[in-house]
Amino acid sequence: MAIWIEEDAKVLVQGITGKQGHFHADKMVEYGTNIVGGCTPGKGGQSVELQGKEFPVWDSMREAIAATDADATVIYVPPPFAGEAIMEAAEAFDAVKGEGVIVCITEGIPTLDMVKAVSYVYNRPGIRLIGPNCPGIITPGETGGAKIGIMPGHIHAKGRIGIVSKSGTLTYEAVAQTMSIDEGQSTCIGIGGDPVNGTGFIECLAAFEADEQTEAIVMIGEIGGNAEQEAAAWAAKNVTKPIVGFVAGATAPPGKRMGHAGAIISGGKGTAEEKFAAFEAAGIACARDPSELGAVLLESLKKAGLR
Amino acid sequence: MNIHEYQGKALLKANGVPVLEGVHCTSVEQALAAYDKLGSKVVAVKSQIHAGGRGKGTLYHPDSKEHVMDGGVKIAFSKDEVEQYSSHILGNLLVTIQTGDEGKIVSNLYIESGCEIEHEYYLALLVDRDNKAVLIMASTEGGMDIEDVAHNTPELIHKITVDPNSGLLGFQKRDLGMALGLSGTALKSFFKMLGSMYDMFVSNDCAMVEINPLVKNTDNEIIALDAKVSFDENAEFRHKNWDNLRDLSEEEDVEIRAKETGLSYVKLDGNIGCLVNGAGLAMATMDVIKLYGGEPANFLDVGGGANEEQVKTAFSIILEDPNVKGILVNIFGGIMRCDIIARGVIAATEALSLEVPLVVRLAGTNVDEGKAILASSTLNIHSVDDLAEGAQKIVSLIGGEA
Repeated sequence: MAIWIEEDAKVLVQGITGKQGHFHADKMVEYGTNIVGGCTPGKGGQSVELQGKEFPVWDSMREAIAATDADATVIYVPPPFAGEAIMEAAEAFDAVKGEGVIVCITEGIPTLDMVKAVSYVYNRPGIRLIGPNCPGIITPGETGGAKIGIMPGHIHAKGRIGIVSKSGTLTYEAVAQTMSIDEGQSTCIGIGGDPVNGTGFIECLAAFEADEQTEAIVMIGEIGGNAEQEAAAWAAKNVTKPIVGFVAGATAPPGKRMGHAGAIISGGKGTAEEKFAAFEAAGIACARDPSELGAVLLESLKKAGLR
Repeated sequence: MNIHEYQGKALLKANGVPVLEGVHCTSVEQALAAYDKLGSKVVAVKSQIHAGGRGKGTLYHPDSKEHVMDGGVKIAFSKDEVEQYSSHILGNLLVTIQTGDEGKIVSNLYIESGCEIEHEYYLALLVDRDNKAVLIMASTEGGMDIEDVAHNTPELIHKITVDPNSGLLGFQKRDLGMALGLSGTALKSFFKMLGSMYDMFVSNDCAMVEINPLVKNTDNEIIALDAKVSFDENAEFRHKNWDNLRDLSEEEDVEIRAKETGLSYVKLDGNIGCLVNGAGLAMATMDVIKLYGGEPANFLDVGGGANEEQVKTAFSIILEDPNVKGILVNIFGGIMRCDIIARGVIAATEALSLEVPLVVRLAGTNVDEGKAILASSTLNIHSVDDLAEGAQKIVSLIGGEA
């Protein structure tokens, strides 16, 4: 088991005929992801070549899901259309099979579009949204696995560490840290750096807690908002597995947006110190330097009798 | 993206929110003409800068730094006072609690009619990241610092969350007005004003609208006396008029140029320049430099798919800062390949004849090729394997304590 995405999950690509969508669809097939086709309105009936094989394209998500019984979709649609792409996928999964996972990679979606899209998804309880503005989700397999997003597949290996993070490259750093102590990953999720997004830390922690394959968790936060503080408080009561944490942005000046739309300290709230303090209060073992995550994780595993 | 009060008020007015008559001016002559045009006995002379605390700010001469006047917002009771205040404001440096010590030169003024105030309220609309919806906050304690009100008397702040499926509902507007103690004509006026303001917030992709104070005048009308409006930059593609509202003098020139080339750059006060891919890793890189006794000079995210040219631009932007004594490059290649970054780094160091120490940490896709390229170069580039080692190396190379 892993969380939400099985190794052999059937995956669609929205925006598969676009430059980004095509490039990453190809990389996903190369990794071993079970891509079953894609959706680009107006290009239905065509096909795209990925790793020397042809994959079908549909005009609508309803058609695509009905034809393939897909489990998940990944969105590489440009920002002006991405909010609607999320809602189309949610409606189609809900209508055709009552469940589905939507992964939105797109960066730069207007916040009010996301307010609408997130509400639309929440009204369809079988549907999960991951992102936007995130690297995606990956469940490494014995051979291949399901890579749904833009992360470099080759740095991962199947294992027992669950990783959840707001950041892209910092997630890769965390993956490399687990590998440095010979630990692989169950599932790695980038929840994205936007102020309004789908799946949050708490849902990820709950799923990792319930997952048999996952035995320890790495949680990476960053400045802005209080999702990390709430997750820490929740974890203190509900998570029995060891958690290791890091928060980026201790040196960020207040009032400045640090790359991610959501990474801003406003009114003195959402600082890294506040988040580290919440982590520590919840018994989460913290690394102050991401290069130390491996060492801190190893220590936590030993303490829990897992090494 | 922030806009000036006078622009915010024009937007409010165009959307049916009551504001006082006012005129935007850039010279003392215009200010005097505005006074005549408004025909109001009392007018407010208001400095226009993108920072709060203007009323309690202080004006200084931009060169001599001599004190000119207290208060960046003045009430004038005569034409002479308008002349005096506007000449003391325009062209001078306004320092407020939000501008930092360097202050901001005031180039724009807003001359606004007076009004008989009966009570001052606070009103704000913003996107609440916890509830993932638009939040409306109001308080009877207008004109004060809302952070203080929230801290000392949280019960005096009333909130409503707007369900995006239904929009702002009538009972919500009524409830909020009643929570502020409004009734009769004033409640009706508030009801109408709030509906207009919410529509404006949504149709203009605002990130925040803050009115402090919102006032009730002696005729029981609700009027926006101040206006702090900011837009969600992600929505710029559907608002062509924002170009005209943008005041580039309020933004860091180098940050604008970085953005134009697809880089995200924020200048800081330290002396170690950073070049990183990914916002989270870029912040973490700054943090680790500090952890090992250095001070980061900047935040710089080259993004997920930077090319050689962007790497070169990134280097030149970092080196514009005269404080930079060394540079740390930290790349975790995903989509971005380390060999491409390595070539970009070498091309940039040669083109810019780099003199400061350079430490490069590469990891991820094609890392071995990347390291081989750096190793075969005759340039003085220190290649390291992890972030901590990189931070320690650059700190020691510039003579820090690590």
